[in-house]
Amino acid sequence: MAAVKETVETVGEIEKYKYGFFTDIESEKAPIGLTEDTVRFISAKKDEPEWLLKWRLAAFRRWQTMTEPTWAKVTYPPIDFQDAYYYSAPKQTAKLDSLDQVDPKLLETYEKLGIPLTEQKMLAGVAVDAVFDSVSVVTTFKEKLAEAGVIFCPMSEAVRNHPELVKKYLGSVVPTSDNFYATLNSAVFSEGSFVYIPEGVRCPMELSTYFRINEKQTGQFERTLIIADKGSYVSYLEGCTAPQRDENQLHAAVVELIAHDDAEIKYSTVQNWFPGDEEGKGGVYNFVTKRGDCRGANSKISWTQVETGSAITWKYPSCILRGDNSRGEFYSIAISNGRQQVDSGTKMIHLGRNTTSRIISKGISAGRSSNTYRGLVSVHRKAENVRNFTQCDSLLIGDRCSAHTVPYIETKNPTAILEHEATTSKISDDQLFYCMQRGIGEEEAVALIVNGFCRDVLQQLPMEFAVEAQKLVGISLEGSVG
Amino acid sequence: MSMLEIKNLHVTVGGKEILKGIDLDIRAGEVHAIMGPNGSGKSTLSYVLAGRDGYVVTEGSVRFKGKDLLEMSVDERAAAGIFLAFQYPLEIPGVTTMTFLKTALNAQRKARGEEELDAVRFLKLVREKSKPLNVSDEMLKRSLNVGYSGGEKKRAEVLQMSLLEPALAVLDETDSGLDIDALKTVAEGVNALRSPERAMVVITHYQRLLDYIVPDVVHVLSRGRIVKTGGKDLALELEKSGYAEYGADAA
Repeated sequence: MAAVKETVETVGEIEKYKYGFFTDIESEKAPIGLTEDTVRFISAKKDEPEWLLKWRLAAFRRWQTMTEPTWAKVTYPPIDFQDAYYYSAPKQTAKLDSLDQVDPKLLETYEKLGIPLTEQKMLAGVAVDAVFDSVSVVTTFKEKLAEAGVIFCPMSEAVRNHPELVKKYLGSVVPTSDNFYATLNSAVFSEGSFVYIPEGVRCPMELSTYFRINEKQTGQFERTLIIADKGSYVSYLEGCTAPQRDENQLHAAVVELIAHDDAEIKYSTVQNWFPGDEEGKGGVYNFVTKRGDCRGANSKISWTQVETGSAITWKYPSCILRGDNSRGEFYSIAISNGRQQVDSGTKMIHLGRNTTSRIISKGISAGRSSNTYRGLVSVHRKAENVRNFTQCDSLLIGDRCSAHTVPYIETKNPTAILEHEATTSKISDDQLFYCMQRGIGEEEAVALIVNGFCRDVLQQLPMEFAVEAQKLVGISLEGSVG
Repeated sequence: MSMLEIKNLHVTVGGKEILKGIDLDIRAGEVHAIMGPNGSGKSTLSYVLAGRDGYVVTEGSVRFKGKDLLEMSVDERAAAGIFLAFQYPLEIPGVTTMTFLKTALNAQRKARGEEELDAVRFLKLVREKSKPLNVSDEMLKRSLNVGYSGGEKKRAEVLQMSLLEPALAVLDETDSGLDIDALKTVAEGVNALRSPERAMVVITHYQRLLDYIVPDVVHVLSRGRIVKTGGKDLALELEKSGYAEYGADAA
């Protein structure tokens, strides 16, 4: 059925080619604005079952009654939600023939990050030549996962092939009514990843969105759902470290994680969306809801994030520690430069007995940026013997940026032991002079000192990722001194 | 030919003139000691040579290996061969001594158009240089200067010097905060680096260090001027008479 539909579409597209390539893109867009029809259009485009359309519509109706949250320490001009396209996938940017046609500035950044040439081509949207065996790589990879019983596929494919799982878990951690942006996402999400790890399986490799780059490009409203069944383990890497020169202003993604008894999920993100230019023009508004549910006893969810991009970041990867003895971790590096505004942190909701959580946050502000850590540690009445340790360190570079720490602690159980440590420091001229006297250039010296400051968190990242993240730290702070 | 040639150097810090016309000529292979009371301008001289911000040259010139040193940035001077051993080495939390050393060495090599050392070759080199200075692997894995004792800090400075092989090493009060054993280890490390191609400027308040690092020339700096120059015996004289006769307050 799907195959037939695909053929029909292909034929239809060939028909349109006489108007040129770009008109084809037009036809893939939903009309501007957001109405019930837009939601229906998206659902129809994706050939979704009735229950999902209803789910979306319920979210949309709820969203209409909601207002944007204003409590975060970020300022931006009002977003006109009716002046945006909600479906334009797949983003068919013109395929380029060679790297010569790619923005040299972009290539320069790839170079610094040490991304291999073939990968550079894929990222920049250059048609990858036949020599590159990406297809076989992906195939081997998929075969290996299938052997282990792991499901790893685009969300739309999961809706088609594993409806029972999607129906059971979608919205079970971040309900459609959760918050303004999550609700919007529920109504209009177009793509994302789906992962299911069966009982007792240790996922044989790190799952990375990288493997999906050569498939459809993901839209601005991603929806990711990861389920780790009893006793399983998975490590998931999100995002590539290449900058995405994205014109889309608003990104409102939702990520839901579910860990059953004795299961563990490790979720790592390197976010490097376009931060806007020096004057703060352009750049991505990143309003993301990420939440993990330690649903089973002895389960564990660990978030690690390196946030360097976006004009505005509004993001609080959280853990609901429901199962007894479950553990939540949050390791974060948030770097802001230029006119970037970051309001990020986590929530650790302790519901079960003997639950523990650990928060290590490193915020670095440079330029004229503003960087806020906002975190909640909440202990419910029945949660006996809860332990939390929180450490928030801020580093300032220059004298026009700001750092803020806003920790909330709520406890209703007297047995809880909660620790909070916070420091604010500046890169001193003495430190810079010392490094430079040893022959290290100013920008490299800043990168070195900042990497040292972030070391505790960088160590949490998978090895290969950590190397890229370190380089990224240097790149995102370019021009922050002098 | 002179390695370092300072002519009529005047320097102000925060609008106040600290150096008031320094002339100094140092050749390769020589070790010069600069002695003087507190506030005479000893450290200012070392910072000006290294190129620190806030030290403004109002008059005079400094030539290093025939080039105008004052035109160069801090890191360019380092790559050209100027090394300053700090009186108070800075702490760099989270950056291991090993990482710092590698970053510095490769930055200098790169600036000079030389090939950067890979991890294996670098490790071999560091081990070789660390041994005589009693710097353990464990110490190399710790954050640079964080939690180091006074002696460890100074040994780490000499290790950096040994690794970077500068043409001109300026040692600023290297003896401060060291007990006699630590002083000996550091001095031995410095002496091992003496060579016909390398010059050293040893800045110190006390003669004690010069028992171990024996200078060729001794200068007395007072109120921003070099008021006397002599051989190594001058240091011994000073030990006896103090700085009072050079117009300084009793130190």
